[in-house]
Amino acid sequence: MLELFQYQFMQRALIAAVLVSISCGVVGSYVVIKKIVSLSGAISHAAFGGVGLGYFLGVNPVLAAIPFSIISAISIGGVKQITNISEDTAIGILWSVGMAIGVIFINLTPGYAPDLFSYLFGSILTVSNTDLYIMFVLDLVIIAIVFLFRREFLAVSFDEEFSNVVGLHALLVYMLLLALVALSVVVLIKVVGVILIRALFTIPAAISKQYTYNLRNLMIIATILAIILTSLGLILSFIFNLASGATIVMVLAAAFLISYYIKG
Amino acid sequence: MTLKAVEINHLSIKFNEQLILNDINFSIEEKDFMAIIGPNGGGKTTLLKVILGLLTPDEGKVKVFGKDPKKAKDLMGYLPQRLDFDHDFPINVFETVLMGRYHGLLKKYSNQDHKAVIQALKDVEMDELKDRQISKLSGGQMQRVFIARAIVRDPKLLIMDEPMASIDPEMQHSFYELMSRLKNKMAIVLVSHDVGAVSTHVDKIACLNQKLYYHGPVEDSAEGLEEVYHCPIELISHGIPHRVLKEH
Ligand SMILES: Nc1ncnc2c1ncn2[C@@H]1O[C@H](COP(=O)(O)OP(=O)(O)OP(=O)(O)O)[C@@H](O)[C@H]1O
Ligand SMILES: [Mg+2]
Repeated sequence: MLELFQYQFMQRALIAAVLVSISCGVVGSYVVIKKIVSLSGAISHAAFGGVGLGYFLGVNPVLAAIPFSIISAISIGGVKQITNISEDTAIGILWSVGMAIGVIFINLTPGYAPDLFSYLFGSILTVSNTDLYIMFVLDLVIIAIVFLFRREFLAVSFDEEFSNVVGLHALLVYMLLLALVALSVVVLIKVVGVILIRALFTIPAAISKQYTYNLRNLMIIATILAIILTSLGLILSFIFNLASGATIVMVLAAAFLISYYIKG
Repeated sequence: MTLKAVEINHLSIKFNEQLILNDINFSIEEKDFMAIIGPNGGGKTTLLKVILGLLTPDEGKVKVFGKDPKKAKDLMGYLPQRLDFDHDFPINVFETVLMGRYHGLLKKYSNQDHKAVIQALKDVEMDELKDRQISKLSGGQMQRVFIARAIVRDPKLLIMDEPMASIDPEMQHSFYELMSRLKNKMAIVLVSHDVGAVSTHVDKIACLNQKLYYHGPVEDSAEGLEEVYHCPIELISHGIPHRVLKEH
């Protein structure tokens, strides 16, 4: 089996699995404890609009997804405050509008129809070196932001009102947290695709949450778990010639069931 | 002239076109120990949130130690009425109280902060459970942790919304003892439905039901109370525990 890793695309895929796991272990922990799973779904689907825009403008679709997903993340965060539209409604709208924008831009793009499927369901085996660089830099940015603002994120995740009482601008911190989710979506988009991203955000953190009551440990355990499970999914997908994103998600789901059974 | 802890002039606030607080005028002195009483929906929590700068009034002026409430945040400690957080949240007692010492962006918690947390936990007799995860506490223990989070800042104005909810009688006694120790250092405002208990401990009472019916020393408050509560005068002036409109 080890000869698998002689292939360059396989080596890249494994590095991608590690980079993805760092981002979903750290940010996924916040997504789970702050209960913004569906919001993260909306952000990932909105990011697809950015992918389409990238094709249309002829720039790297993953890079184009960065501003797109950040802007949509921040607008969902602010909408409840500024208007009387509920967050739930905003999520529903952004979710489909993001997808629609992506599809329309790709329609408008002259020439060949790009491989949309890989952005929807992921394709870890086609990750390029450029993609790896982007993911690596974004991971660094995510870790730096979390390290700097860990007290603020903890306070706002736990109790927004009290955060305001002690002089923290809860809304701004919340928006920053959502921007972090957006960055993390971009890290994940190539590997699992917009549709399957939520599984990576939630499952490793949800499993780990059963074993620790400390946020930092939660992030570490979730990251390690994600590395193991995504690599396993990757190998299985290769052996059985299955779609990588979907296989990774199924491995995650199986792990969740097993851990739930053991703990419950 | 000493600065008043809170000064409110002609305060009105509406939610969805409905008047919740109507032309409120009152003040809290620097070392006041005051209880706010009133029926459910009377606007007590709303008034506290205005003082805390969490809500902006539609009309009128609010000053906390002469400042805009939003600029006086480091002077106030707060115990919310409803603690709606995820009980499974990965945080322990110590970390919860430590948040009450938050200083600002990028600022670390110091040794002094850690000591203050331990002291606050001792004050509510929870120091032995400091490492316990928050979901592993009883309702009353949780309430004590949040009382500690409110006092850990050494505020100049301590605001507590129904601190007695789910606290056992023994702790209730030590709670008032703690308050009488603290009241020399700060102004204290608490909301309570337990008029009897409150009137034997606090110095001043305010009765609130959309309008401010009474505001002054405990002895004289009978009239206002009667109007708001439809509650016999003797019960209040003699301080017999008498639960009125207890929640749920
Ligand atoms: N965010 C809000 N939006 C709309 N109405 C609100 C809001 N908050 C409070 N209200 C209304 O304002 C009124 C006063 O509420 P408030 O919570 O201040 O009462 P209270 O005196 O604290 O009551 P209780 O004894 O039940 O705690 C109620 O009628 C309530 O329905
Ligand atoms: Mg209330």
